[in-house]
Amino acid sequence: MSFSTMLASMGMGMLRSCLIFFLTLLFALPLGMGVMFLRRSGNPVIRNITKIYIAIMRGTPLMLQLLMWYFGPYYLFGMSIRGYRLPAIIIGFSVNYSAYFAEIYRGGIESIDHGQYEAAEILGYTKAQTFFKIILPQVIKVILPSVTNEVITLVKDTSLAFTLAYNEMFSLAKQIAASQTSFTPFIIAGVFYFIANYVVAFVMERIEKALDYYH
Amino acid sequence: MILEMNSIQKSFGDLEVLKDISFHVDEGEVVSIIGPSGSGKSTLLRCATFLETINAGEIKYMDQTAVTTGDDGVARYVGRNELNQIKRYFGLVFQNFNLFPHYSVLKNIMDAPVTVQKRPVEEVRAEAMELLRKMGLETRAEAYPCQLSGGQKQRVAIARALALKPNILFFDEPTSALDPELTGEVLKVIRQLAEEKMTMVVVTHEMPFARAVSSRVIFMDQGVIVEQGDPEAVFGDTQVERTRQFLRNYQR
Ligand SMILES: Nc1ncnc2c1ncn2[C@@H]1O[C@H](COP(=O)(O)OP(=O)(O)OP(=O)(O)O)[C@@H](O)[C@H]1O
Ligand SMILES: [Mg+2]
Repeated sequence: MSFSTMLASMGMGMLRSCLIFFLTLLFALPLGMGVMFLRRSGNPVIRNITKIYIAIMRGTPLMLQLLMWYFGPYYLFGMSIRGYRLPAIIIGFSVNYSAYFAEIYRGGIESIDHGQYEAAEILGYTKAQTFFKIILPQVIKVILPSVTNEVITLVKDTSLAFTLAYNEMFSLAKQIAASQTSFTPFIIAGVFYFIANYVVAFVMERIEKALDYYH
Repeated sequence: MILEMNSIQKSFGDLEVLKDISFHVDEGEVVSIIGPSGSGKSTLLRCATFLETINAGEIKYMDQTAVTTGDDGVARYVGRNELNQIKRYFGLVFQNFNLFPHYSVLKNIMDAPVTVQKRPVEEVRAEAMELLRKMGLETRAEAYPCQLSGGQKQRVAIARALALKPNILFFDEPTSALDPELTGEVLKVIRQLAEEKMTMVVVTHEMPFARAVSSRVIFMDQGVIVEQGDPEAVFGDTQVERTRQFLRNYQR
């Protein structure tokens, strides 16, 4: 198999990896916001359940969680899991990453001076206006470096989808390497992840720069 | 009467911080509140501006009741809509400014009138620029708070409060977070507002300022108003031993 054929047959895998990446961000970023609100709830029951949820998400391997999400419906409810591969992956990743994002958001929110809320209240802003206009923009600036770290980890974590035999980048690399007895697919995969993270770092740095106008 | 507070009581847990405080502010008055640290001055302002809820007592703005206390001794606030409407009567300037760091100076001043009061942007901009001129900051409209000195920040905070056209403006130690050489520029602005007959309540440790600017001085200690009256009477020759002691300590 020539290098270009190899690259071509791995192209589909790259697209699938990108799909996992973008869908996870799409769901996990807002979901994390919801988890953060529950985590900060005034109700101790809700707060503690959310705490346990976050502890489980962060304290068990994502690989195991993916297996649970995929095979769980079958073993627990005898449901058919045909065609459920990608949804299980996206759910597993999103739910897992939302826990990490929730903790990042929480750190960001708690770093904002209480005086900001009081000033907004005196000026007559509603609770929603205060959050979206005053607090959130400042939180985003604070958390950006931590979010960047998490997003870079996600790029690499997409390879865990191989657990559910989803033919993304890493699974294909393994298959082709085995059938061709060649090491090249792994190098291609490595370069792919590296470039993807280079792009992520570049984009995030631009956003950080754009928010550099105040501190 | 712009503000009337009657028999205000406020506790934090077991700590009784305000014990039966009553006072009022008439239109055009400048009332200074002085007193030792921990006497409850900030708490009084925070209760007046609804940042803290009182345990008992009565608060009225422009003869509109915001809180009353029934025979059962429980303070009852009016409904949210009415309270929001009453909140428009006052503004508050904080010790540490609390400007919005992600907004420019101009946006800090303009945003509430536009977002909260839904007033036309162009009209608000013209007024905001006028306020900045008054504060001597017309060249800093596009600057961000982090680029300003403390004195400039506080003047922006005052302009931000004035942009909502409050009937009464509260100040909680407006110069305490400033380097000594910067207090003058802020006090000058407050003095100028006093000359324009802006109704103000100022908690301050700047005794010469309080004496020069106030129409009335309130001396608080341990959650009660020990004495109030004409600044010359209080600062000049108070008959109250506790006040005398406080002012004496202050001169040292
Ligand atoms: N949120 C709070 N919880 C508990 N205690 C509080 C709270 N806020 C104020 N106190 C207490 O109430 C008392 C009065 O505080 P306050 O800040 O009103 O005093 P102050 O007169 O403004 O003093 P200073 O001149 O130092 O600003 C203090 O003993 C303070 O510790
Ligand atoms: Mg105080």
